Amino acid sequence: MQANLRVRRYDPESAEQGSHLQDYQIEVPDHFTVLDALMKVREEDDPSLALRCSCRASICGSCAMTVNGRASLVCKTKMLDVAPDGQAVLVEPMNNQRVVKDLVVDLQFFWGKVRAVEPYLQPRGEEPEGEYIASNESMLNLLTPMGCIMCGACVSACTVLEVDKNFLGPAALAKAYRFVADPRDDETQQRLESLNESSGVWDCTRCYMCVDVCPKGVAPMDRIMDLRESIIEAGMTNTPGARHIESFARTVAHSGSLDEPMLAIDTWGRTNIIKLMDNAMLGFRTLRRGKLPLRSGPFHPRRPGADAVGRIFKRLSK
Amino acid sequence: MADHDVLVVGAGLAGMRAAISAYRSGADVAMMSKVHPVRSHSNAAQGGINAALGGGEDSVDSHIYDTVKGSDYLGDQDAIELMCNEAPQEIINLEHMGVIFNRDDEGRLGTRAFGGASYARTFFVADITGQAILHVMYEQILKAGVRSYEEWFVTDLIIENGECRGVIAMEMLTGKIQSITAKAVILATGGVGRAFEPSTNALICTGDGMALAYRAGSTLLDMEMVQYHPTTLAGNGVLLTEAARGEGAYLINSEGERFMEKYAPKMKELASRDVVSRSEATEIEEGRGVDGCVFLDLRHLGAETILTRLKYIHEVAYDFAGVDMVTEPVPIRPGQHYIMGGLKTDVDTRAWDVTGTAGWNGVKGLFAAGETACVSVHGGNRLGANSLLETVVFGKIAGEKAVEYAREQKDFTIADTHLSETKERIKGLFDRADNGERTAAVRMELGQVMNQHMAVFRNEEGMQLAAAKVRELQERYKKLPVIHKGAVYNTDLIFHMELGNMLDCAEAICAGGLLRKESRGAHFRKDMPERDDENWMKHTAVTFSEEGPQATTLPVAMTRWEPQKRVY
Repeated sequence: MQANLRVRRYDPESAEQGSHLQDYQIEVPDHFTVLDALMKVREEDDPSLALRCSCRASICGSCAMTVNGRASLVCKTKMLDVAPDGQAVLVEPMNNQRVVKDLVVDLQFFWGKVRAVEPYLQPRGEEPEGEYIASNESMLNLLTPMGCIMCGACVSACTVLEVDKNFLGPAALAKAYRFVADPRDDETQQRLESLNESSGVWDCTRCYMCVDVCPKGVAPMDRIMDLRESIIEAGMTNTPGARHIESFARTVAHSGSLDEPMLAIDTWGRTNIIKLMDNAMLGFRTLRRGKLPLRSGPFHPRRPGADAVGRIFKRLSK
Repeated sequence: MADHDVLVVGAGLAGMRAAISAYRSGADVAMMSKVHPVRSHSNAAQGGINAALGGGEDSVDSHIYDTVKGSDYLGDQDAIELMCNEAPQEIINLEHMGVIFNRDDEGRLGTRAFGGASYARTFFVADITGQAILHVMYEQILKAGVRSYEEWFVTDLIIENGECRGVIAMEMLTGKIQSITAKAVILATGGVGRAFEPSTNALICTGDGMALAYRAGSTLLDMEMVQYHPTTLAGNGVLLTEAARGEGAYLINSEGERFMEKYAPKMKELASRDVVSRSEATEIEEGRGVDGCVFLDLRHLGAETILTRLKYIHEVAYDFAGVDMVTEPVPIRPGQHYIMGGLKTDVDTRAWDVTGTAGWNGVKGLFAAGETACVSVHGGNRLGANSLLETVVFGKIAGEKAVEYAREQKDFTIADTHLSETKERIKGLFDRADNGERTAAVRMELGQVMNQHMAVFRNEEGMQLAAAKVRELQERYKKLPVIHKGAVYNTDLIFHMELGNMLDCAEAICAGGLLRKESRGAHFRKDMPERDDENWMKHTAVTFSEEGPQATTLPVAMTRWEPQKRVY
């Protein structure tokens, strides 16, 4: 097949400002991946093209980039899947990270997040002479987060990191889960306290992008939800995030729909004037654009069928 | 003053284990790698890591015996004894670091069967054991706060008065060339699979450490011992773990026959890798293959076993060959996978002859561990799941011994000429005229000739052809241009230097092969098919000279095991 690659190029040493797109047309066998095609371009056509790759077997995590806007491990992205009719394939560096050259991004941002979650086992007391005794189920449970190859695709796709660079992000939080869920680790309480703070688990908006793009099935968002659950179970409910979901559930259970002003008040507390003012402004703007139902807040009536909703909650909480 | 007490080059399992042990010994240690540590090729080890720890009928002696036999009696028995003795404690160390090893019903570590082993003694994490250990090892590096030079490419060893004083290296993100001095240097740069095409190895496996040391005067041992793995995927040649056979998978030919019953009646699919690869190649040569492949059949294992214990290879076979191994046999063939040979070291991982009387060369202050090194625990053929074991056992020793050595060294300064010479040489590469030659094309020619003549079956004529081809490529290499002139992340320049390293390793592989006038382990000569213990229970040793590789022999260390006929 003919591969039409449209690659975003950036050369920090060039006089030209910013990046540009460059087209490459090459003939490739049908089984080629996007990485195979990029390597062929680099080998035969343009040795200035910079990209990272190593194992070619989706285990080293080097070759995450965006393909037609989607964060992908290019060694397991087939040309035929993204361009069945030989269309142009847009290959760009990962998002949310500084580009060094062409398809190579600076890894400092990614690893800074991972470092922040103290990513190493912290047992207390004397090590046993033999192995720690742990059930096979508890180890198999860790296989999913341990399958993370740190490629950065989820960080590239994260819609929260796009607007808030302080968020720990999906990869680091999935890594944090790996220790929280490890029966050998004795710092669970301290880990959960720290993940409960701002920029932690509560900043995820559950957009599912990280789950969608992860090439290894780690499903970082699900791990973040597991962490939220552990935090609530540990009784750490006095944070905006925890209060937010409690209020969410309570108002829906009571009236059958979400009471957004109450949600703000419960989340931030009645005395947090600054945050409430901030939220009020947001509410005002939302109202002006017709996105806030008038019948909320003090005028929040029970909806028809609210009793049934309440019963569902009751049954689930059993 | 030296920048560091100990510098570890390479940050896979051997390198990071060495760095952690040097750190725990209280030294100022740094690591340097041309990729981020978690990108290292140790990731690709799937099946597991061996140790006689399970109790039952297994014993350390049995592990030693299996390894000696697996090596076709070429492994140094003192080194093998050391490795197998240390194995149980090292597994426990890894578990304490946080590796999520598979457990048994009592919550203790559980094992699986593996090739060439008398008992199930392979500890594992599904089929991502290498990755699971590598990432945990990096966690420990982060915990210790070890200085890590990531994406730095070593261009030269700094040698003064026959002693290694550090390295000259290029920071790839900026193109800056710098000297990093150290009182001791540990090479843990892995193998040289990319000198073969195809290979299961990652693109980074270019024999950098072996070549750096070889050119500096070190000895390369048993380089002809190149392992072809029996189950590499048709098409792109990706590895499918031996654990598949450990879990019970069959090898079948085009007639649906379990052909290993003919070649290894007792161990069948779990005979050692050289035996299985030769059997497959014979089946294919005799017309019982399909498109150059035979088949790995897992269907009878059932979806649950495949999807929990062999999840990754299921994914790989599906992604790269479009085969669902739950319902279809997978086309596979022998593929280049590992090199048993490497930089000659003693059991303390020192790459120089401390006594000065053992008949080999080396560079003082230089240590080596892992696939880069040949200590030699694998001899003519490595057993599956012994490579991860080698990396951690000898990585740990390397860290400790390098610290001991560094403590005995006085402070020093190095001449400025080391750095200026390297800069001059690299400028010279940029200045070369474009004669139309391309690095990738030369690398491909090298890979193809090696895979044709230095593969499962060899003979004199083929090896001579390969050696001549390598010499020709080395001549062309002297004029090979670097096309891209940029400083930032210039992979054209890096690939050029890597190719030089591969060519030097390839000449040693051919020299070793031509010297060894028998068949042993992975070195099977159709023109000399018998093992010759009388004349050839010896290592081949190759040293560098401007006139070409100099090959000689060194004795094999024996302790308790006399050579026997090898039957599986």
